[in-house]
Amino acid sequence: MCVGVPMQVISIEGDLAMTEVDGVKREANLMLLDQEVTVGDFVIIHAGFAISKLDQEDARETLALMREVFTPENMG
Amino acid sequence: MNYLDQFRDKEVVKGLAQRISSLTKGISKPLTFMEVCGTHTMAIYQYGLRSLLPPEVRLISGPGCPVCVTPNGYLDRAIALCRLPDLIITTFGDMLRVPGSSSSLMEERAKGADIRIVYSPLDAVQIAVKNPGKRVVFLGVGFETTAPTIAGSILTAKAQGLSNYFVLASHKTMPQPMAILSADPELSVDGYICPAHVSAIIGADAYRSLCQEYRVPCVVTGFEPTDVMQGVEMLVRQALSGESKVEIQYSRVVRWEGNAKAQAILAEVFTPFDADWRGIGTLPGSGLRIAEPYLAYDAELAIEVAVEELKEHQGCLCGEILKGKVAPFDCPLFGKSCTTESPVGACMVSSEGTCAAAYKYAR
Repeated sequence: MCVGVPMQVISIEGDLAMTEVDGVKREANLMLLDQEVTVGDFVIIHAGFAISKLDQEDARETLALMREVFTPENMG
Repeated sequence: MNYLDQFRDKEVVKGLAQRISSLTKGISKPLTFMEVCGTHTMAIYQYGLRSLLPPEVRLISGPGCPVCVTPNGYLDRAIALCRLPDLIITTFGDMLRVPGSSSSLMEERAKGADIRIVYSPLDAVQIAVKNPGKRVVFLGVGFETTAPTIAGSILTAKAQGLSNYFVLASHKTMPQPMAILSADPELSVDGYICPAHVSAIIGADAYRSLCQEYRVPCVVTGFEPTDVMQGVEMLVRQALSGESKVEIQYSRVVRWEGNAKAQAILAEVFTPFDADWRGIGTLPGSGLRIAEPYLAYDAELAIEVAVEELKEHQGCLCGEILKGKVAPFDCPLFGKSCTTESPVGACMVSSEGTCAAAYKYAR
């Protein structure tokens, strides 16, 4: 039930944003967000509301960390 | 396609599994980690993550499916409401097939009750706008991810001056049940895969006291398969080094402090109460009910109805399964009298239930 879909903001009007991912468009209410959102940002959509902004730089860092080849040094 | 699809990259999943295998090779006692979110349960089964992990790492499912932990009495009230004239029940799809004491919303709909599945509680508000002569009740079930959206629908209904929109609220909150499970001597959990989107709202700081009190590692983890594997790797590293701290794997979405605005809206519209969890019992302050200024929207208070006497389902082990004590395959009903086509217990009904996930992906 807590599934949330990351979608990209393509336009904003007041508290409503139009978002899109892979060609699917969906309206999202922004009233629950405490972060500034602009066109191009990714947000997590749950039940018609944006519940969080997605930090794209952080996403890329996480991916890089996951792809790190296994070496004895990163055994922690 | 977008770059976020890389979080489902099979090669990365396998690479992380290898890292976990190397880290845990030859450890004396297997590590048991519990996921407390139904969406994690689904991801783990759907992507076959258990089969990629070494025998030294065991994943068990906890009480993270909101539909599954909703007690029968709630369903019975919803069913009683749907039998009233000029009343429309609106709900997320998951609730439809959950058996109450003697019926389900699905059965009632077949008999003619007006029950509509909506994608958003705002859709339910729209139904109320379009049907001024009818009462529209939304079934408010879910954790902190969902509860703010329902609070948002109540605020929207208020702003629009609607008097025919109601919520039958049965929201639950984290992490209270995790503390109960940690205190249970029969369960030995070496770490928690903490929920992703619940934590986007409540923040990772919410797990600190649990983590300190029970000395149990907590990693807030995303829902994609690579996220789950990386979360497990982080838990393994903590467990092996004897650490117990809160970490955020899902840092692209979750912050330590959470979403302050959603928290404020929750606090405005709801108030904590001692909620009943199926299989676990009553936990102090673990639920949300509608707060004083918004009682006019509370279906339980605003709409009088006689509810049938509570009847539990015999032989169903949902309660033990929700605590991670019993696996679905250990239940005598599993796959026999209880299937996804004809479910007996809530864990089989909800698409996120542990039994439903096991039935669909792991038989």
